[in-house]
Amino acid sequence: MAKKRGRGVAAVNYPTGMNLGGDPTQALVHSTPTGGIMVTLSSVDLGQGLRQIIAQICAETMGVPTDAVTIDTADTDTGPHCMGTFASRGTHRVGNAVIQAAQEARQVMLEVAAEELEADPVDLETDGVGNIHVKGASNRNISIFDTALAAHFKHGRSISGRGMFLVPRSYPETETGAMKPSTCYAHACTVAEVEVDDETGEVAVLSIKNVFEIGRALNPKMVEQQLVGGSWMGISHALYETTEPYYPKRDHGGRDYNEYLMPGPGDLAETEIAVLERPSGDGPYGAKGPGEMCANPQIPAVANAIFDAVGVRIDTLPITPERILRALKQREAA
Amino acid sequence: MAKVPVQFTLNGSERAEFVESGATLLTTLRDRMGDTSPKGGCHQGTCGACTVMVDGELRLSCLTLAETCEGADVRTTAGLANGEVLTPVQRAFEDAFAAQCGFCTPGMIMAATALLERNPKPDRAEVIEAISGNVCRCTGYEPIIRAVLSAARANSTSAA
Repeated sequence: MAKKRGRGVAAVNYPTGMNLGGDPTQALVHSTPTGGIMVTLSSVDLGQGLRQIIAQICAETMGVPTDAVTIDTADTDTGPHCMGTFASRGTHRVGNAVIQAAQEARQVMLEVAAEELEADPVDLETDGVGNIHVKGASNRNISIFDTALAAHFKHGRSISGRGMFLVPRSYPETETGAMKPSTCYAHACTVAEVEVDDETGEVAVLSIKNVFEIGRALNPKMVEQQLVGGSWMGISHALYETTEPYYPKRDHGGRDYNEYLMPGPGDLAETEIAVLERPSGDGPYGAKGPGEMCANPQIPAVANAIFDAVGVRIDTLPITPERILRALKQREAA
Repeated sequence: MAKVPVQFTLNGSERAEFVESGATLLTTLRDRMGDTSPKGGCHQGTCGACTVMVDGELRLSCLTLAETCEGADVRTTAGLANGEVLTPVQRAFEDAFAAQCGFCTPGMIMAATALLERNPKPDRAEVIEAISGNVCRCTGYEPIIRAVLSAARANSTSAA
């Protein structure tokens, strides 16, 4: 009876979004009379940071400061249609829709500014801090604040735009069954080191090293945060979490926070993450969806590390001490 | 049932309310006094999202009866900042991106604040111990631990 160490590796390809029935998101962008940019969505920010990322994408496209953009995730009854926040699709699908809406709104904004500056809209550029000027003549300028006022009260224009991003439904080819069920794959690879006590079946994850390829990191700090949290969730899926420990029987399922197991701050593995950026061709500014992908490779990596440590292959999650001990016993008996 | 009067200091202000007998401090703060900074996560004392300080000690406000706080000094996350000026712990949480959805954050900040008040220079193990009554679903705890350690460093620098 001893504590045995093992190391395991796993790699995943993970799709962004799904399109089994078509995968649309729509967005509307408009300016207030004082040049605030409103993005109306029915896409939900459930804590992952969608509002921040969409504000950055809109600001970049419109040529305005990020803090001039307000994201209204409003109401799924009244907002533009979105399939929802799932399948790691938020940044990619919503971002693409917002780019299209912001481009249309920017065009109106430049047309109004062009009237005010007596210039051609194609000769204008934005400075990103709230002004529009004639290319090569920054003294011929107008603020976005004044442009919006002029649009509303003088020109009768609406600085606004409509955006739509649709991944059309994919049908399988009759002969081969080949189809395109998803787009824009993110990738990850994880190496896990574990220590397994072959007397108690307990597993400690000593270290977890992850490499994530996520397209362009639009907000590097938020990406890092999501990946670190995701890596921990992957360990949690591998070793702790379940509502039905004896599935399909419902017996002994956790009934509250006390009984639903997750690793706490005292159970953390030494965690490393590395981010590779290979901008995607169809993503907003090259982004992919790392949300769920980042919590997946730890599971097979930990399972492989346990196999390496004690020679039993557990294919049911979570890998509890009981499952390890039963597998060890079975191997002895064989 | 007859309501009962409770009176205590909330973040430096005298407050008085009539509450149902048996009302928790959490519902009293949130529904009666308009301080929604303590969050109701589990309502059974396991998640720590409702953590506040009563007379300088951490309490789970979901398990604390409002009547037992008569005359007490109650502090919540809403009362920590001095206007726009955040405390070192709050600043560190912001700088370290130690929140994702943010639901656990007020409880974490109270736990961290109490720790640094009694132990200005905690090590990593002491930080882990201090936040072990607070559940976070998003961050994996690492950014929170780093934030508290960095707030401790900021404390010792400003004191020096």
